[in-house]
Amino acid sequence: MKVSGIEAAFKLAYSAPIAGRKAPETNFALDVRLKLPGSGITGIYGTSGSGKTTLLRCIAGLLKADEGELKVNGEVWQDKRDMVPTHERSMAYVFQESSLFPHLTVGENLDYAIKRAAAVDKSFYAHILELMDIERLLQRSSDQLSGGEKQRVAIARAFLVRPKLLLMDEPLASLDAGRKQEILPYLERLHDEFDLPVLYVSHALDELARLADHLLVMHQGQVLADGSIEAVLSRTDLPVPLGDDTGVVLPATVVERDSQWHLVKVEFSGGSLWVRDSGDAIGNTLRIRVLARDVSLALSSHHDSSILNRIPVTVLDLTPDSDEAMVLVRLSAGQSILIARITRRSVAHLKLAPGNTLWAQIKSVAVVR
Amino acid sequence: MILTDADLQAIGLTLRLASTVTVLLLLLGTPLAWWLARTSSWLKAPIGALVALPLVLPPTVLGFYLLVAMGPNGPLGQLTQSLGLGSLAFSFWGLVVGSIFYSLPFVVQPIQNSIEAMGARPLEIAATLGAGPIDRFFTVVVPLAKGGIITAAVLGFAHTIGEFGVVLMIGGNIPGETRVLSVQIYDHVEALEYGRAHWLAAGMLVFSFLTLLTLYVFQGRKRRSNALSFGG
Amino acid sequence: MIKSHYLLLLACLLSATVRAETLTIAVASNFAKPMSEIARAFEKESNHSVRVAFGSSGKLAAQLLQGAPFHMFFSADQDKPELLLKRGIATSGSSFTYALGGLALWSSDPTIDPERVLREGSFTKIALANPRLAPYGIAATEVLLNLALLEASKPRWVLGENIAQTYQFVESGNAELGFVATSQIMENGKLIKGASWPVPQNLHNPIRQDAVLIGKQPSRAAREFAAFVRGAEVTNIIERYGYQTVEADSRAAP
Repeated sequence: MKVSGIEAAFKLAYSAPIAGRKAPETNFALDVRLKLPGSGITGIYGTSGSGKTTLLRCIAGLLKADEGELKVNGEVWQDKRDMVPTHERSMAYVFQESSLFPHLTVGENLDYAIKRAAAVDKSFYAHILELMDIERLLQRSSDQLSGGEKQRVAIARAFLVRPKLLLMDEPLASLDAGRKQEILPYLERLHDEFDLPVLYVSHALDELARLADHLLVMHQGQVLADGSIEAVLSRTDLPVPLGDDTGVVLPATVVERDSQWHLVKVEFSGGSLWVRDSGDAIGNTLRIRVLARDVSLALSSHHDSSILNRIPVTVLDLTPDSDEAMVLVRLSAGQSILIARITRRSVAHLKLAPGNTLWAQIKSVAVVR
Repeated sequence: MILTDADLQAIGLTLRLASTVTVLLLLLGTPLAWWLARTSSWLKAPIGALVALPLVLPPTVLGFYLLVAMGPNGPLGQLTQSLGLGSLAFSFWGLVVGSIFYSLPFVVQPIQNSIEAMGARPLEIAATLGAGPIDRFFTVVVPLAKGGIITAAVLGFAHTIGEFGVVLMIGGNIPGETRVLSVQIYDHVEALEYGRAHWLAAGMLVFSFLTLLTLYVFQGRKRRSNALSFGG
Repeated sequence: MIKSHYLLLLACLLSATVRAETLTIAVASNFAKPMSEIARAFEKESNHSVRVAFGSSGKLAAQLLQGAPFHMFFSADQDKPELLLKRGIATSGSSFTYALGGLALWSSDPTIDPERVLREGSFTKIALANPRLAPYGIAATEVLLNLALLEASKPRWVLGENIAQTYQFVESGNAELGFVATSQIMENGKLIKGASWPVPQNLHNPIRQDAVLIGKQPSRAAREFAAFVRGAEVTNIIERYGYQTVEADSRAAP
């Protein structure tokens, strides 16, 4: 039986500032012990300096931890004594900045990976080129590409390695918002087509909400939370303030279409919501994201406001927000959890306490997948 | 003909010496430069300083110690004798060995600089694409450090042509074997035969100037075309 | 302005007889050791001081031709002083032979007999000074010619640019044998190290080392020094270093 999953443990301490880093991190330590799923995208979230890139570099073998153990789907990549060198790991890595070889054309950059990979057949090659839409770029040199094109080529190159694990270090961070939107659909396509475990480092929750199945939250070299993205994002007890990004993601199914108002009705375990019609067929499963700042609470169901979506909920708990004026309220709606971010004054005014039942009014819902 | 047969012989010998030394220096110097650029070993500083020594030492010091080392009681002399190669002193290959030491910094430093400028990232990228260390060296280091390697080859060649002090100390002025151009010029000057000295000296001056001019023109062009490389 | 110049000139003339001068003299490398001693002796005897620049005769002559400010030139040969006289750089009539160089066949290995090794040809390299540049080199080739070894030994020659470098080749053992100056291997009449064969003088022309004063009007101190070098005290010093001196009557008048 094949063992699926990634088991990793790393300990690493710096006693001096790391050369080339903007902010020197003295006595920075990475101390993690993890078990990650052997398929799907695992998002690694954290602020800058939280150790997420360091963790990724340890997994790639680019950085030697003081103590390290790593097993990927049953293969030992590192144990107490030995370390498989990077080039012998069946893995690919997409770097934050452009990582194409400047002395090679796009085509040659791709060939560089193919020559060193397990056999890549023509149809796979053609398929990847088509998925990433880069056929017409093959003859160009890398400095003739836009930032988004460079990253698409780099991602294609990573796939041509035919890796058993794909590591992506902020692959969109060097791109502006427009370019980011341009690449995200390509990444989603890859996610849907290949059953390849991906570790995806990002400091942008919106990106992770869209792509990740599993989420790891890192802070000061340690893992604070680790679980399905739905579970992790429905927690309010993380010491990492997410601010405006606080919010849950929910799996939902399209059940009804209102063509007159360009809306579709989606159902999740806690009720149903009207969301913008983005062309999904009835019966499709979607992922929706409800931000805490878009959820307000009311004691009764008002029909005299512009708010379309009202759901009956029960208060689970209240947590002070990093902003002193605000409170995060966790609500249960059926099997699902919602989070509302409201003022302390409102909490007092409504006399909110765990167990209260009331209405959640949801101002906006984003369909993230 | 203005140049005598002896002059022509010296020119031919000098070119042969410089070519041999340049080829050997590139073979030795490139891996050494790579190591110096990449290592974090404590040996980096002492080895780097050793390589740079000929930049500050008078050639006579290097030549004197080479002469002693190549002698029957010196370490080099004992090594070559035990290998059945005889003595290196007063031989073409002795000059080759001396010139390698003498021109080493001129070859190692430009290559080291360009590898350092390249950074670790291209090597990391190559490793994640499955390229091993030797593979990385030839497919990434060599092409990306090409500018530095060309500079190194030109400087190593030109510097060997212009070498004098070391050759004087270990050469023994043997026609066709160790009497190189710079020694020939020196002999003309010492013998107060300035006319003959002028032709060779002026020729060498023009050659050296043209070599460096070509190098600087090439480097200027390279810098412009490289403005858009990594991360650019 | 003009007045002060005259005053200065007058002061110079008045003090010339008593004023201490600093002499700068150019000396061929082979004569370095005796010259240091001679200079010290001269300074003790007079109130002048002497600065000595050593170098190959060729280089020093080239510098003099370009106007180097030496007061006197001690060459390793006769050709260069003659050239300087011809060019009007040296003081006419000032040249004299200050020493006759002694030639020795020397090895740094004390266990061998240099003469026998030379005659048997049982060596791989023999060092001599470049005959194009150094009188000791010319003498060495004359010795080889007279021993009928010139052509046979030629492929095994290594040439030093001067007699000092020739010595180095032999001293380091890179050449088993070499023709060096007796002054380099002798001190106070004794061999310092190795084994030597003092080459009989009938095997080569004498190595005459000439000195000249420089300039049309050599200074008083320079003349004094030239006379001092030819005195009995200095003759002793010179001979102790393995040179010979010419008979007083065969010397040219200063």
